[in-house]
Amino acid sequence: MAADHTFKVWRGDDKGGAHAEYTVPAEEGMVVLDVIHRIQAGQAPDLAVRWNCKAGKCGSCSAEINGHPALMCMTRMDEFAEGETVTVSPLRTFPVIRDLVTDVSHNYEVAKTVPAFKPGPKEADGTRRMYQDDVDRVQEFHKCIECFLCQDVCHVIRDHEDNKQSFAGPRFFVQIASLEMHPLDRNDRKELLHLKAGLGYCNITKCCTEVCPEHIHITDNAIIPLKERLVSEYYDPLAWVMRRLSRQGGKAAP
Amino acid sequence: MALNEKIETHDYDVVVIGAGGAGIRAAIESSAMGARTALVCKSLFGKAHTVMAEGGIAAAMGNVWKEDNWQVHFRDTMRGGKMLNNWRMAQLHAQESPDRVLELEEWGALFDRTPDGLILQRDFGGHRYARLAHVGDRTGLEMIRTLQQHAVHKGIDVFMEVTLQRLLLDGARVSGAFGYKRQTGELVAFRAKAIVLATGGLGKAWKITSNSWESTGDGIAMALDAGAELIDMEMIQFHPTGMVWPPSVRGLLVTEGVRGDGGTLRNSTGKRFMFDYIPDFFKAETADNEKEADAWYLDKKNRRTPDLLPRDEVARAINSEVKAGRGSPHGGVFLDIATRRTPEEIKKRLPSMYQQFMELAGVDITKVPFEVGPTCHYAMGGVRVNADTAATTVPGLFAAGEVAAGLHGANRLGGNSLSDLVVFGRRAGKYAAEYVSGLASHPATDAAQLEEAAKTMLRPFDAKGAESPYAIHADLQSTMHDLVGIIRTESELTEAVARLEALKARLEKVGVQGGRAYNPGWNLALDLHSMLEVSEVTTRSALLRQESRGGHTRDDYPKPDAAWAKKNIVTRKRGSALEQRTDPLPEMPPELAKLFEEAH
Repeated sequence: MAADHTFKVWRGDDKGGAHAEYTVPAEEGMVVLDVIHRIQAGQAPDLAVRWNCKAGKCGSCSAEINGHPALMCMTRMDEFAEGETVTVSPLRTFPVIRDLVTDVSHNYEVAKTVPAFKPGPKEADGTRRMYQDDVDRVQEFHKCIECFLCQDVCHVIRDHEDNKQSFAGPRFFVQIASLEMHPLDRNDRKELLHLKAGLGYCNITKCCTEVCPEHIHITDNAIIPLKERLVSEYYDPLAWVMRRLSRQGGKAAP
Repeated sequence: MALNEKIETHDYDVVVIGAGGAGIRAAIESSAMGARTALVCKSLFGKAHTVMAEGGIAAAMGNVWKEDNWQVHFRDTMRGGKMLNNWRMAQLHAQESPDRVLELEEWGALFDRTPDGLILQRDFGGHRYARLAHVGDRTGLEMIRTLQQHAVHKGIDVFMEVTLQRLLLDGARVSGAFGYKRQTGELVAFRAKAIVLATGGLGKAWKITSNSWESTGDGIAMALDAGAELIDMEMIQFHPTGMVWPPSVRGLLVTEGVRGDGGTLRNSTGKRFMFDYIPDFFKAETADNEKEADAWYLDKKNRRTPDLLPRDEVARAINSEVKAGRGSPHGGVFLDIATRRTPEEIKKRLPSMYQQFMELAGVDITKVPFEVGPTCHYAMGGVRVNADTAATTVPGLFAAGEVAAGLHGANRLGGNSLSDLVVFGRRAGKYAAEYVSGLASHPATDAAQLEEAAKTMLRPFDAKGAESPYAIHADLQSTMHDLVGIIRTESELTEAVARLEALKARLEKVGVQGGRAYNPGWNLALDLHSMLEVSEVTTRSALLRQESRGGHTRDDYPKPDAAWAKKNIVTRKRGSALEQRTDPLPEMPPELAKLFEEAH
């Protein structure tokens, strides 16, 4: 039988708080969220934690585990050394509501500012034809479970609250990239990217990519292509028109 | 005692409770029809149980097999449901789901593609042709994100982390809903001309389940409390393949897509045991040898592999193998895709299954067979609705998705849930908005009802009793798992009724610690009311139905019964007492009945 797990869990609200220590008997295959649930059921029935699917699919149980932003449901206890004390704290970038739950409504406000998907006309036969090669890269972005770990770790907003007004953050660069690279989309988001989303603040440190539980290549596949596009769109309109046209042409069937 | 607290109140034409696929689709429709619409959800927006749907959305688009059409889909759905389905819902569902899939594409969803650029469709249990539009094995996420972003751009008001658990009535008709804001614990009332219930399922009353904490049967319980009729509550689907090891992930869903894409079930001797469990009902269309079963994937002139029999059949077969001592080390059986498809194919088609097993169980599904076993997954029963309008038996109250009953009969086919959400979500939104525009007067809200509901919700803070909501929940889950599981019998069901009575008495004495802001102990104490109520109706309905059919198997009545085949069990509440009766099934018109006479 393995040793007990010792946890330091942040307890408190927007007025302040501190870590409290709990000990829970270990069981095979446990993840951090299991330990939190055991603490709830046995020792701290009002311990606040946000979770849903417990399978890494909904992105609700984001927290900072030993200082590292991660999903509690996908962090296995056997990743830690036996007897190691595990510290669980709420996401630092967002205001605390209570205990491990933060107010992530900022992200839902940003979502409202992203211009919607707007498809072009259908094919002559009334269908929408797209090829797997063309949707693959966008499907990578659609894997995003909105856990907001990338938003949490991004130093542009983590360390500078004021920047939240002018910097959308990695989650929304992924969303904008998914719309911009969608084979059917014809909407125009370059003003948003340039002026309001603050893409220029990102200096590609790749912290967001490292914490993404869906392993989306946020920096390489979303942010950098958007930066390149913005440069050419603002300084080389002909190149932008050409690329837009070539995208409309689609790709021959393999 | 008067309540010394001001209750925050909102006014809308239509309030949609629940923001999974059905709720968001309903809100989009109702809002598009000009009704002032609010979408209220227990979790953050976009986290509803729909995100966990993996395999796909069933729609007879005919992109892979031209032979497919709505009649074939209709027939598969009815036969999969052991003919207990509401035929009209099954017809509308089969006819409208292709348009709903194309609508998702119009709104930005990116499904996997066929070589000629159309939406690809995959094989699934009980479907005659490859029919499920999908995105790898994360179709639900694609669907909810598409609907979510569409709703955001339509400007629909969304209330996140608000739990509504009580309907308000003006006489017999609905006038609003009542609950609390999770983040602050403040009470909140929504005055509404119409309410759409889209609250999903009730799996959290069972110990081993694929459902998240939200699936506590709130919508079914509040409809029942408001006088609505429920049907088919004994019909609970145990998905044949949940994870079984390690204990912390027991019950977590393993998509049927694993079998749809070629995976096969084996027992501890390595035998493909499903060939031993082909029921007479499906004999004509099911392969009886491995060669034909494997050939079916590529050529539908062969009969379908028994690995893809409807879920109730497969779950019972696994249960029997384990009971006979031929199970896997942790009480399941083996699902093998490693010897049947290449690692590249597996990772491309089933990426999240690969990741789920790798990260949570340390098992590489591209290399070895892995353990699976049945898990409580879906409620076929629920709130009785009008097939066309999604109206319940309470005026102004509509229901769509898992909370509603009828479409799936005694057993739901995989892939028919996501299509259910958008087909009937849209209908519920449309007819709720129409109902509102035809309303002569605004329903009145009654202060006494509000006060009574408020007191009930706050009572756990005053209770001096030592009952922990977590302990009551654990005991409820054991009761339902042990006594109202896959295989049922009269003595155990009777025992379950007694235990549920005892749990209800304990819930009266439940006490919670801490304040009202984001207090999961308090929230669970309130969810327990819903869970106990739906558990009781399920158990009592299971006692009544003296036959075995779909998601209801009686050890003491192991065969289907011709008389029961024509009956729905109906439950409603009079005062605080449950009242049950049987109603005859709606009769299918001859032109549809003919579809079942042909040889297939």
